[in-house]
Amino acid sequence: MSDNAISVQHLVKRFGETTVLDDISLEIPRGQVSCLIGPSGSGKSTLLRCMAFLEEATDGSIFIEGAPLGFVYDGAGKRQRQSATELRKVRSQIGMVFQQFNLWPHMTALGNVSAALRRVRKLSRAEAEEKAMVQLRKVGLENRAGHYPSQLSGGQQQRVAIARSLALEPKIMLFDEPTSALDPELTGEVLNVMRGLASEGMTMVVVTHEIGFAATVGNQISFLDQGKLLFTDAPSKVFAKPRHPRLEQFLDTYLDRGASTLV
Amino acid sequence: MSWKLFNLLLEASLMTIFVSSVSILIGLFLAILLSAANLSGIRPLQWFAKFFISFFRGTPLLVQLLLLYNLLPVIGVQIPSLVTAIIGLSICTAAYQAENLRGGFEGVPTGLVESADMAGFTPVQTFFHIRVPIALRLTLPALINEAILILKASSLVSVVGLIELTRMAQNLVASTFMPLEIYASAGLIYLVINLVVATAGRQLERRLPGVGGK
Ligand SMILES: Nc1ncnc2c1ncn2[C@@H]1O[C@H](COP(=O)(O)OP(=O)(O)O)[C@@H](O)[C@H]1O
Ligand SMILES: [Mg+2]
Repeated sequence: MSDNAISVQHLVKRFGETTVLDDISLEIPRGQVSCLIGPSGSGKSTLLRCMAFLEEATDGSIFIEGAPLGFVYDGAGKRQRQSATELRKVRSQIGMVFQQFNLWPHMTALGNVSAALRRVRKLSRAEAEEKAMVQLRKVGLENRAGHYPSQLSGGQQQRVAIARSLALEPKIMLFDEPTSALDPELTGEVLNVMRGLASEGMTMVVVTHEIGFAATVGNQISFLDQGKLLFTDAPSKVFAKPRHPRLEQFLDTYLDRGASTLV
Repeated sequence: MSWKLFNLLLEASLMTIFVSSVSILIGLFLAILLSAANLSGIRPLQWFAKFFISFFRGTPLLVQLLLLYNLLPVIGVQIPSLVTAIIGLSICTAAYQAENLRGGFEGVPTGLVESADMAGFTPVQTFFHIRVPIALRLTLPALINEAILILKASSLVSVVGLIELTRMAQNLVASTFMPLEIYASAGLIYLVINLVVATAGRQLERRLPGVGGK
């Protein structure tokens, strides 16, 4: 467990009667890029959201840098909700990037990136904005600092969202299909920022349909199908033939044009 | 009708504007607290907010004002009629504004709250820095509408002894016997004030980032 940034153990998630995640165990190694792929509806987002406790697992446990997330077990082995303060502490190690960006529309790019530095980290406005500018510069948007989200393209919004997460200096970054809501010509700028992060050694978990990205940047790839984790392996192994029949079927259906050469 | 009379009406309209705008602002503040109570998940607070909102929306403002005016001496409170008027109007508009805001709070996308959670905001911080500004923007047209309704409803506060535009008009009619000119002038002043409020509201809507505008 100690070498892994995230440890998912026997995770089960049910929505009412439907089992969306069925006994998932997964180790996310520190400093590596782990990609989650699979058909839509297979439970990728739910798994990622469980890793941030945005979704409460029905059973099983998740550890972030060795610390339990969301639930703790008492002396009698009974599962209990973590205190809000404890949860915030564990969560502070995680950054989350959403498919829909989720920027706060009433704040500028700079406001979005500096808000938590001011409110949560209690930095002065000047300090917070200085740190925020560093992050905006990193994603190439220092000249858009004063723009509101509605004045930015989708790709720029997503880069601001990444900067907003990075400003809090997380140890782990979670991405839920960060380019799926973007026009095809805008996905490159976001993927480039993510490549940069990966090369700096950031621990990343990426739900993606960009098979090319998963194959070239990913260190390990996990394939989910109908709530089951079918396998986790290095890209070279995952895409080598003969492939798992469900993966073969998935690639046939979901492979983006042009990426086929990569795999 | 002489300028002198018209000036008296204009002066009285300042009282109308003052009482209304102060009440709108206090009412907005109370409405935000009522919304917080509603969202708190704490049952007694939620019940209180529900009761408060349905009581003050379900009874006529005139009755509320008369009740307040007669209740205060009984419980030994002596305050100027201006304060009584502001209390009465604020409480009433708070109930309506809370009801308007409810839709706004429901309209705040979950994702925006989740990103605040991930950023480490406490629920109180998320409420004031994320939910309130967005809910206010979503319900700005309803808020402007409520401001106009309160400007007009403020004509009722004369029952607690405050001399505002309508009461001044009545007084002037009693001494000059020119009801048509005077009431028409009063109506015109209300109309102008409300047109200004409506126009300013539309400008604000257009300019506020994160609403209709950029
Ligand atoms: N809040 C929810 N309530 C009920 N069912 C849900 C909810 N969220 C997701 N699901 C279901 O869980 C399954 C997995 O969803 P999701 O994790 O979003 O899949 P993916 O991200 O792989 O497309 C889907 O069948 C979806 O309908
Ligand atoms: Mg998904």
